[in-house]
Amino acid sequence: MTLYERWHIDRPMFHALLALAAISLIVLYSAGGNSLVFALDDAARLGIGFIVLFATAQVPPETYRKWSVPLFAGGVLALAAVLAIGVVRFGARRWIAFGPLSIQPSEFMKLAVPMMLAWFFSRRSLPPRLMHVIGAALIMLIPVLLIAKEPDLGTAVIVLLSGVIVLFLAGMSWRTIAVVVLAGAAAAPLLWAHMHHYQRQRIYILFHPEADPLGAGYHAIQGMIAVGSGGLFGQGWLHSSQANLHFLPDSTTDFAFAVFCQEFGLTGDLILLALYLFIIYRGLRIAFAAQDSYSRLLAGSLSVLFFFDVFINMGMVSGILPVVGVPLPLLSYGGTSLLIIMAGLGILMSIHGHRRLVS
Amino acid sequence: MYRIPLKNSGQETRLFRSRVTVAAILAGLLILTLVGRLSYLEVIRHAYYATLARNNRISPIPIPPARGLILDRNGIVLAEDIPVFTLQVMPDRVRNMGRLIATLKTMVALNKQDLRNFDRRLAQHRAFQDVTLRAHLSEAEAAHVAVHLTQLPGVSLHARLRRYYPLGGLAVDTIGYVSRINQTEEQGPHAARYFGYHHVGQFGIERSYQKQLMGRIGFKDVEMNAAGRAVKVLKRIAPHAGENLYLNIDAQMQAIGEQMLDNRPGSIVAIDPRTGAVLTFVSSPLYDPNPFVDGIREKAYRKLATDPAAPLNDRALNGLYPPGSTIKPFFAYAALQTKWFDPHATYVCPGYWHLPHNGHLFHCWKPMGMGPVDLKTAIEESCDVYFYHLAFKQGIDRMVRYLTYFGFGHRTGIDLPGESRGLVPTRAWRRATHRPWYPGQTVITGIGQGPLLVTPVQLADAVAAIANHGVRMRPEVVRGIENPVTGAVRYIRPVAYPPVPRRRKKSLGILVHDMAQVVEGPHGTARGIDWDHVLPYSVAGKTGTAQLWNASPGYNGKHIHSDALFIAFAPVHNPRIALAVIVEHAGFGALAAAPIARALMNFYLLGHVHVRAVNQTNGKVLPVGSHP
Repeated sequence: MTLYERWHIDRPMFHALLALAAISLIVLYSAGGNSLVFALDDAARLGIGFIVLFATAQVPPETYRKWSVPLFAGGVLALAAVLAIGVVRFGARRWIAFGPLSIQPSEFMKLAVPMMLAWFFSRRSLPPRLMHVIGAALIMLIPVLLIAKEPDLGTAVIVLLSGVIVLFLAGMSWRTIAVVVLAGAAAAPLLWAHMHHYQRQRIYILFHPEADPLGAGYHAIQGMIAVGSGGLFGQGWLHSSQANLHFLPDSTTDFAFAVFCQEFGLTGDLILLALYLFIIYRGLRIAFAAQDSYSRLLAGSLSVLFFFDVFINMGMVSGILPVVGVPLPLLSYGGTSLLIIMAGLGILMSIHGHRRLVS
Repeated sequence: MYRIPLKNSGQETRLFRSRVTVAAILAGLLILTLVGRLSYLEVIRHAYYATLARNNRISPIPIPPARGLILDRNGIVLAEDIPVFTLQVMPDRVRNMGRLIATLKTMVALNKQDLRNFDRRLAQHRAFQDVTLRAHLSEAEAAHVAVHLTQLPGVSLHARLRRYYPLGGLAVDTIGYVSRINQTEEQGPHAARYFGYHHVGQFGIERSYQKQLMGRIGFKDVEMNAAGRAVKVLKRIAPHAGENLYLNIDAQMQAIGEQMLDNRPGSIVAIDPRTGAVLTFVSSPLYDPNPFVDGIREKAYRKLATDPAAPLNDRALNGLYPPGSTIKPFFAYAALQTKWFDPHATYVCPGYWHLPHNGHLFHCWKPMGMGPVDLKTAIEESCDVYFYHLAFKQGIDRMVRYLTYFGFGHRTGIDLPGESRGLVPTRAWRRATHRPWYPGQTVITGIGQGPLLVTPVQLADAVAAIANHGVRMRPEVVRGIENPVTGAVRYIRPVAYPPVPRRRKKSLGILVHDMAQVVEGPHGTARGIDWDHVLPYSVAGKTGTAQLWNASPGYNGKHIHSDALFIAFAPVHNPRIALAVIVEHAGFGALAAAPIARALMNFYLLGHVHVRAVNQTNGKVLPVGSHP
């Protein structure tokens, strides 16, 4: 039994994660204005992330299953508390203050919702009956609506997505999927009518960023300039003019990928993408090998969700998706989202490390 | 204790795996889209976005060059660029503004107005922008601040070049001045020419030689951050200083003329008849051009603009005057070219003259008459009756033709902008205004009255033509253009106009001799300037007293004081200076204008300085330069 196996760590995935962490340090040193202090701060945050990963990997899946419902219930209560007593920052009520610390319960729901739904379906024979699908949909809609009310549309969509992934992987029938998609298309105008002005603006700007180059389109345009000016091989490390001269907002967080693109070009992008896809591939392999319904659903949905985190961020930076505040896993300067991602990956490793060897 | 549900495990696994496969295929499609998008941006559109990124960060900043100097013929500086310093503060870098201001107060004079303006600008300033605390620091103040700059974070000294006219109003109408570029220039057809410049020549030499004086703009490519602050200079193209202009004008002679006019309205133009070099070009009264450079205060401007003496008018170039008797030599010259005219034949002047077939009476300035006069006496004593008769005999068409030969009614082509044409009345001109030509008008034109109007520079250039054997030269204010780097001077080549037709060989000699009698003759109208015959050179001239009738409402054609005129050249043989002097409302030309001409000729021909050359606008005594 190797050291990795003893500590329930999936070695290939772990190495890929270390590589991403290294890239993160390299990019953020540049994006943060060649600041060693900033890079060390990021290193410390990544370190905490890896500690969380290591800790969550030690907990057996069985325990997660047991704790699925209480965790979900606790999360929903916290979301309700945010709306009641939360702190307003940047015009949205998303945080609960604990002294100097402030936490964002909505991020936590990215884990709690898949766990809850995996628990829900693991108790039932699959494919699920329509009634169960509707039941599951109602369960996940509670936190989604609470988050959307904050308002935090980006996270709400991702939490919704996390639930939908479980529904899909659980085997929700194609006919139901078709009905939901059609209903969604029909409801889109209704949703549009209920959106905040800035949210509509972001969607409009997605298609016409040049309509407001200094206002709502600024992020999108400066992001595309950074990406496009990278070219095939990039401008070289520390040579992202867009970040160094502060044209690119959020260059260390949501737009860190843009800095990476300008400095390392398409070649760097493909290598980075390959690393992410490798992690997702390992995650799906773990799901394939998982031995019970709960583990399988949870591992599958966490892997697919990780993919969406990556895709939404890169899509947003390159201008095929609206600018929603989603950081790139591991690469962006970490906050709550980094810890949640690492916890999710830790659960994946736990599922991998705690499987019983048959035969 | 928990219950493991009864399930068909094999079927569930298959279902799950098929779903994961579908999800993986969907993810693969999304990844392909993403890679396609990234390739599009980074490969196909790379050049476009690279340009945008470059434009984002690099701004070309113009560096204005030093404007060329303007010097008089002896090298006295008339216009130069001097550095002026502006004290600026970047509030974002100042921790305690009160203490900083207190510190700066010990180095720089700051009055209440400065501080009030500073507070107002402070309230409007944008992040990381310099705010002006005081403009126009003295050199001592700037040096004081510069020494302590390192101990004053956020404080900066901004130096720029500013046009300065050290002699104040001396020759202001000739030199002109620069002032801020206005919208017409900035947005007009020549906008590109002025890009990066803040000032442009508005009048005089500053305007007509703008192209030579302005030099070539330099540029630096500056890397800017998103806040618009320069981070570093990437590339620098040095500016080329403008070329220096040496004028034909003699600053001391100019000052003497200005002082003798003593801010009375009037004008003096002195020309070297051989080359057309403009030695003196005075339009009085004067004003100081320095306040115009950075924008004159409205109140001060209104005072100048509404002054009844109209100091802002360039009288020498644009002043329209009836020439009075100074026009007589030119009509005499016209008559001298005919076969019928005998300069020695006498004509009796009874003090008046009747227009034949009409009976209209014209008076001579001497009411008792002069008796029999020939051409010599007519010019020496300025007999009006003789010239009434001569005009009547020649007819207006012939008179106009010769006026045109001498340059009247046309621009002289002097290198100053906006020259007036004057007015030579012709039959065609009368017809164009739907009025017939009356014979009486021919008669009064004969003594320089009536609608005939000339500018001082025309008058000077015309008398210079008489002095230069009938060849009129184009007046040139600028003598040479100096390359500031090599020091090489390009001299302006004199330009001669077609000579005035001379059909009788001796005619010019006769005229010059008769004009000399004006000064030298026992009855010469200008004999006063050489009454004891002490002038070591001989002068030919002609006085004039142009009568003016004020036609403005309320005056009802009342006679007001006449303009005094005097034209002259000297020495009579081989003339080196020709000039026209006009003093408005000063009465007799012989008394008011001729002495000014004598002072200038004395200075130019003898080097005598009868009066100290004192600057009229700032009281400074001019340095006495070496005189050729």
